[in-house]
Parts: sequence; C-alpha cells; structure tokens
Amino acid sequence: MRTWPIFKKEIRLYFTSAVAYVVFTIFLLISGYFFYSIFAFFNLMSMQSAMNPALARDLNVTEGVMRPLFSNISVVMLLLMPILTMRLFAEEKKSGTIELLLTYPVRDGEVLLGKYAAAAVLYLAMLGATALYPGILASFARLEWGPLLTGYLGLVLMGSTFLAIGVLASSLTENQIVAAVATFGVLLIFWVIGWSADFAGPVWGKLLSHLSLLEHFDGFAKGVIDTKDVIYYVNFTILCLFLTLRSLESNRWRG
Amino acid sequence: MIQVEHLTKHYGPVAAIQDVSFSVEKGEIVGFLGPNGAGKTTTMRILACFMPASAGTARVAGYDVFSQSLEVRRRTGYLPEHVPLYSEMPVAAYLDFVAEVKGVPRAGRKRRVAEVMERCLIADVGHRLVGRLSKGYRQRVGLAQALVNDPEVLVLDEPTIGLDPKQIIEIRSLIKSLAGQRTVILSTHILPEVSMICSRVIIINQGQIVAVDSPETLTARLSQSERIQVQVDGPPGAVLAELRRLPGVLAVDQKALVNGIGTFLVESARDRDVRRDLSRAVVGRGWGLLELRGIGMTLEDIFIRLVTEEQATTPAGDETPA
Ligand SMILES: Nc1ncnc2c1ncn2[C@@H]1O[C@H](COP(=O)(O)OP(=O)(O)OP(=O)(O)O)[C@@H](O)[C@H]1O
Ligand SMILES: [Mg+2]
Repeated sequence: MRTWPIFKKEIRLYFTSAVAYVVFTIFLLISGYFFYSIFAFFNLMSMQSAMNPALARDLNVTEGVMRPLFSNISVVMLLLMPILTMRLFAEEKKSGTIELLLTYPVRDGEVLLGKYAAAAVLYLAMLGATALYPGILASFARLEWGPLLTGYLGLVLMGSTFLAIGVLASSLTENQIVAAVATFGVLLIFWVIGWSADFAGPVWGKLLSHLSLLEHFDGFAKGVIDTKDVIYYVNFTILCLFLTLRSLESNRWRG
Repeated sequence: MIQVEHLTKHYGPVAAIQDVSFSVEKGEIVGFLGPNGAGKTTTMRILACFMPASAGTARVAGYDVFSQSLEVRRRTGYLPEHVPLYSEMPVAAYLDFVAEVKGVPRAGRKRRVAEVMERCLIADVGHRLVGRLSKGYRQRVGLAQALVNDPEVLVLDEPTIGLDPKQIIEIRSLIKSLAGQRTVILSTHILPEVSMICSRVIIINQGQIVAVDSPETLTARLSQSERIQVQVDGPPGAVLAELRRLPGVLAVDQKALVNGIGTFLVESARDRDVRRDLSRAVVGRGWGLLELRGIGMTLEDIFIRLVTEEQATTPAGDETPA
C-alpha cells in the first residue's frame, strides 16, 4: 500500500500551509465559547431550580449541556469542514502537481485514501480536543457517559460524511474556493432538507427527513445508536468516496 | 523499449497528434523535436500515463500505457514540462516522499535520495523549500524526482530549459551518462543539444512525424547543397564573376568586404566538390586565397526546412481546429 506516504505528505502540507492551525484554533475557540455560554446558562437554570423544585426534575448535565453543545459543534463543523477538504485535490490540479502524482506507481484509490485519512485524522484530533469540555464538567457534576459517547460517535460519523462530500467537490474543480462553497452548499441543503418534511406529504416527508444529515444525528445526541442512522452516514460516505474515485479515474478514460 | 503505434490525441475537435508511430530501443537517447504546439508534450504525457490517447497504442517496456499503466509507471521516470512540485516541502523531504511513493525500500531510501541529490547537483539545497528555489534548481529537483527510483525509462519534457550554460552542460552529461542502461526520450528546442546527446531524433510538426533518423544522417540526407566559405584578396567584382563561372557552382554570395578582402559563400551541388577547381582558379588569377572552409548544413537548417516545408503543404495553422 502506498497510502502511507501520501497520508504523511498531506498532514505535512496541512500544517505548513497553516490550514490546520487556523481551522483547529477557530474550532476550539468557537466550541469553547459555546461550551462556556451553554454551561453558564445551565448554571443559571440550576440556581433557579433550587428555588423551584418543579424545574429541577428535568435538569441534568447531559441534557442541559452536552446535547446543545453537540448540536452547536455540528454547526461549526458545517462551516469549517469545507475548508479542511477544499485543497485536497483542487490545489494539486491548480498547481499541476497532480500530473506527477498520477504518473507515480500508486493506484487512484490509494491516493484518495491517503488524502481522506489525513483530513479525517485532523478532524478526529479536533474532536479529541473538545473532550476537554466534558472533562471539566465531570470534575464537578455527575455525567452520564452513555449519551456522551454516542454523541461523539455521531459526530465522528457525521464528520466523515462531511469530509467525503468535501473531497468529492475538491476532485471536481481546480478552484479551492469553488470546492469549499460547493461543499458548504451541499452540506447546507442536506442539513435543512428535513425542515420541509413536515409539510411535504407523508411519502416525500419521510424521504426528505431520511435524507437529512441533521435528523440522523439527533438519535446519537440523545444517547441512542440506531443502525439506520449508522448505515445512513456510512453509505453516504462510501457513495461520495466512490464518486471521487470515479472522478479521478475519469482522467484516465479514453477521450 | 518504447513502441508507439498510430497514436492520436484529440482535444475536443483539435487533434494534438495524429497517427504518430515510432519506437525507441533499449539504451537509446532519443530527441523529440518540434516547434511550439507540435504535440511533444501531448505525446510525452501519454507515454507517462498521465492521460490516455484517443486512438492507437503505446507500449513501454512491453506494457501497454493504457491497460497496464501501473506497470509502466513503475518503470518510468517523468519530468513534466512545467516541473510541478510541492513548493511547501523542503527538497530532501520531497524527494523522500517521492521515493517512498515509488516504492524504494525503506532500508536504502535515505542513501538513494542522497545519491540522487548528489547526482543532480542539489545536495547543497536539501533543507530549502522547493518553492524558494530558482528555476534552474527546481528543474534539477524535477530531474531528481524522476531518477529517484532508478527507472528503466526516462521521459523528459524539455529538461534543460531555464538552466545556465554551465548547468546545461552538466545536466547534458548527466543525461548522457544515464544512457546504456536506461532508455531516454527527451524533448527540446535546443538543436545543438540533440546532436550532442541524442543518438536519434524524431521531428514532429503539427502533430505528425516528419522525420526519424540519427542527427548525422538526417543532415546528410536532407542537405541538398554543399556550402563553402572563401576569403579572397582580390578585386571583389572580378572574384565574384570568376567564382560564378566555375562548373558545379549554383550560387555565390558576397558576405563581407574588409580592407579589400572579400568573404564569399559558395553553394554547390551536393555530389560535386568544387574546392579544387575553386582554389586553382583563384590562385591562377594571382589573387590571395586566405580561407577555404566547408560549412555543413546544421540540424537547425534541416529543422527549419522540414517544418516550413510541412507548413507550405498543409495550409491550416496549428492552433485552428481541423
Ligand atoms: N489541455 C489541452 N486542451 C486543449 N488543447 C490542448 C491542450 N493541451 C495541448 N493542446 C493543444 O495541443 C497541441 C499540442 O500541444 P503540446 O503541448 O503537445 O505541444 P508542444 O509540442 O509540447 O509545444 P511546446 O514546444 O510549446 O511545449 C497544441 O495545439 C495545443 O494548443
Ligand atoms: Mg511542450
């Protein structure tokens, strides 16, 4: 397998081009801010509930802090993931380095895998850094570990899909901005597609909400792992990677 | 080692190359010559498996570039025309990456990279970023990445462009030293380069091959006349008339007249050596014969002739769709 050198090269270029630092920092800053404000709000609520026992019944840290935090993190991802993936193929096409890469004895699939893995590892590192927040929480509140872990699993799965969509867009253009905007557009469409489910009629509504990237995340944030959701993300990811492979191979088709 | 048969490549309606066939033997250095837009880069990209041809086949080391591209890529080192390299990587790290991708085993990789840097004269810039190098150094890094896995076949698209005269000589001797074990096909615009390092030239024009031969036989075969430069100390008008009278002389041109000494260019039929008659005539008239020198036709002349002849017979310009 020649995936490893390509993976190493991509990681290296992420850091030398400062993309990694910028995305990392912004992601941590924003998710930190969300954590802080959500936690502060939760504190306020629990203070009030001390006087009003009726409120206290519905109050727990997982529901009150982690769930809103997860959904906020996923919105930040929506904005940042396209930046992470936009350069993967578009940059090589623009600078012409793809000409050498494709004439090296590597399979297109190995190139794709190396690049995708580099973006994925960066994303996992970002997620890993957010584990700091539940860590802080755990030090002075009792956490339910189940929903926390499923929440992270959901983020991993959803993030993989985001990245796969981004890689596909990057392989279709030589302009990084176009790749990023296209990725963002597609993500947004699949994000909001479920919103119209309520008034789209029973069949369409079901289909639309099934297509929605957001709806499938809901279960994970609640602490439920539904195979339907897992399969949705995995399939979506594989489909995008498969299409990317086709788009790479199309360079080699006779024309 | 390389067999190209009836290769054609269309870019939309434009045919970049048409029905190109040639072959290169193992150990040969072949020069690919042609004016801008002739289809050199197109042919090389097909050989390097960057893109497929529209029709026809090409085989490298016995493997088809289309159906067995991975095998071909394992055995080929390619230097593209614009030398696209990862500008944010240091030279040594970049070459190490290339070596690893090309499957140079881990054990000897460091040594191999150091060797190839030594050979391509870039050992002193190993830690510098590729993007900060001058054009000539980039070119050498490009050559190094092509050579790093010690491939059997080298496809070099204008390898000496942008180098200073000293480097050109060094890179030429490097390429020359590669011959024997390796097969090299290189494109260039510098004609003396071809006569210097190539055992054979392929001249391509407007996507079609117009000549394939060794530089010497090509010049011999295609020169239709012999040219002699003479310097005579005597009355220019009379000398001109006398030279024109000689049997076998087709044309005489006066090139210069300095202090009463005229320099003349005498053109004669190819199978006719007029030098004896000429010297006898000049000396017989009592003039001084200061110089008598044969000027062969250069590859440059041949090239221009082939290319312009071609243009005269095919009226369409090369950038217009067929
Ligand atoms: N990607 C492309 N799309 C459309 N036409 C192209 C493309 N690449 C090359 N061509 C056309 O194909 C023809 C051959 O181009 P090619 O680059 O092979 O020439 P060349 O011999 O390498 O020229 P040069 O000496 O300038 O490098 C030209 O007419 C060129 O305009
Ligand atoms: Mg060219």
